[in-house]
Amino acid sequence: MSPVELKAIKGRGELRAQPPLPVTRRTTLRGTLFGNELLTTFRRWRTLALLAVLAAVPILVGIAVKIETSDGSQAGPGGGDGGPAFISQITNNGLFLVFTALAATLPFFLPMAIGVIAGDAIAGEANAGTLRYLLVAPAGRTRLLLTKYATVLTFCLVATLVVAISALTVGAILFPLGDLTTISGTQISFTDGLGRAFLIALVVAASLTGTAALGLFVSTLTNSGIAAMATTVGLLITVQILDQIPQLHAIQPYFFSHYWLSFADLMRDPVYWDDLTKNLGLQALYAAVFGSAAWARFTAKDITA
Amino acid sequence: MDEPSATEPDREREDAGESVIATRALTKRYRGGQLAVDGLDLTVPAGSVFGFLGPNGSGKTTTIRMLMGLIEPTSGTARVLGRPMPRAARAVLPHVGALIEGPALYGFLSGRDNLLRYDAADPTSDPRTRRARVAAALDRVGLTAAATKKAKAYSLGMKQRLGLAAALLQPRRLLVLDEPTNGLDPQGMREIRSLVRELASDGTTVFLSSHLLDEIEQVCTHAAVMAQGRLITQGPVSDLAAGTRGRLIVTTPDPGEAARVLKEQGASDVVTEDDKVTAEPPDRDLADVNAALVSAGVRVRGFGLQRASLEDAFVALTGEGFDVAG
Repeated sequence: MSPVELKAIKGRGELRAQPPLPVTRRTTLRGTLFGNELLTTFRRWRTLALLAVLAAVPILVGIAVKIETSDGSQAGPGGGDGGPAFISQITNNGLFLVFTALAATLPFFLPMAIGVIAGDAIAGEANAGTLRYLLVAPAGRTRLLLTKYATVLTFCLVATLVVAISALTVGAILFPLGDLTTISGTQISFTDGLGRAFLIALVVAASLTGTAALGLFVSTLTNSGIAAMATTVGLLITVQILDQIPQLHAIQPYFFSHYWLSFADLMRDPVYWDDLTKNLGLQALYAAVFGSAAWARFTAKDITA
Repeated sequence: MDEPSATEPDREREDAGESVIATRALTKRYRGGQLAVDGLDLTVPAGSVFGFLGPNGSGKTTTIRMLMGLIEPTSGTARVLGRPMPRAARAVLPHVGALIEGPALYGFLSGRDNLLRYDAADPTSDPRTRRARVAAALDRVGLTAAATKKAKAYSLGMKQRLGLAAALLQPRRLLVLDEPTNGLDPQGMREIRSLVRELASDGTTVFLSSHLLDEIEQVCTHAAVMAQGRLITQGPVSDLAAGTRGRLIVTTPDPGEAARVLKEQGASDVVTEDDKVTAEPPDRDLADVNAALVSAGVRVRGFGLQRASLEDAFVALTGEGFDVAG
């Protein structure tokens, strides 16, 4: 610290009593920009509403299955081909509600929530004008972008866990719990099943990292938070539709959503890793490509908002 | 400010060395081809209160954004605190407090939480003193009572104060204030002006853009005038105003006789309107001129020299009304 700065501190009325700026800093998470970003994001009414919608999905599925099977029949049309994966097994074991709920929310509800949070990350700050003050603070463009991405990834994990925990709670209340049968037909203990459920939640959260990077990139392109959110969610729906068109099978393996439902392979015994690793690799590729694009765009952008 | 603290060796060195802000041929052409800032050579001396003037659309905000590293110049260089911008932004900006184009706040956060967030964004700020510094900044702008209120419930004046508080979270060497009194009531304007003077007397350089010429005249030591992206003039406020000479004003019920005597005394450009005679003052003691009027039987009600205001200087320079866009 130069003598000029020391003098500046001494010259201030209110700040006179303060010690000079210390060398050590940022000892706690709360004190960091990332900590503050998390606090700011999760204090937003919109974030809480998204999480509430996600928590409601397993409740609705659980109640629907309970009502439908109250006469003793099986859920789903016999073969288990209709409805989300595992839905026919919920009545035997409430733990399957976790897998069903994740399979039901992964194609749309979860990525939509991520799209809203990621799309708003930079564009929302630009829209409110707060971006210029963060940058002259100075947050640093790379640091701010990394902080935003880390926050969106945290939201991916929290959102997935909200679905899983809500499903586990509802499943435990409405249905019996106990040992379970894997897709391969082997029996595993309830604790082992719980472990796999947690692992599946992590894989589902990881499946969303590509969407998160895509949303962040879109967010650096515009000064309108709403436009960024709409574009991200629109892209998401488009890709999901294209993934259903057989004529496009040549390019479908490159869609970020193509291997999403591979998390079910974790319920095989032994686990079938092929599609799982393809999924995680694809997500890493998307994160790298769109993360770099977002960085290139954001660090060179004129901030006029 | 009263006295630049030139006795201090550091201040002296800064004065002798580089200015707090120095731009060389700074130019910004937007993608549409519009030339917003054209070859700007701006020099802001250390310790000054620098008024930055210009009609709307004259390139003031673009200049400020380039100085703050928000916009990349098309060509030319900008140095702030002796370091090049935007390259040295991370080293320079912690010493700079800024209010750019009005305050921007998180409406769903309280005033205090807004400041905590902006402070957390500065990697050089110490989280352990953060609450104390935020409280001091809130106190300084008179917002302590409203600190826990959500920012969306703030009035425009309160938002402006909170924006100022954000600029005062740390001791700064340079404050860049874009229209700081915008939206404030007269009492608030006075408070801000005295705050600016207080900061300046502590040695902080203040770069102040304003629409209010009398405001600039009241607080600024130096000023620059921009029009259509170009710098028209810059220098000490007294020099700018001196460029336009003051006029002698005589109020009298005998204007005809007064005009004759004034011409006799060597005054030029004598204009008579109703009971007022104005003229370029002659190069002699004005007391003698007044004595000559009285001894010639002119009944003098008022006699005085009207100093040229900055507004006169401004109009003389830009040749247009202040708010006409260039």
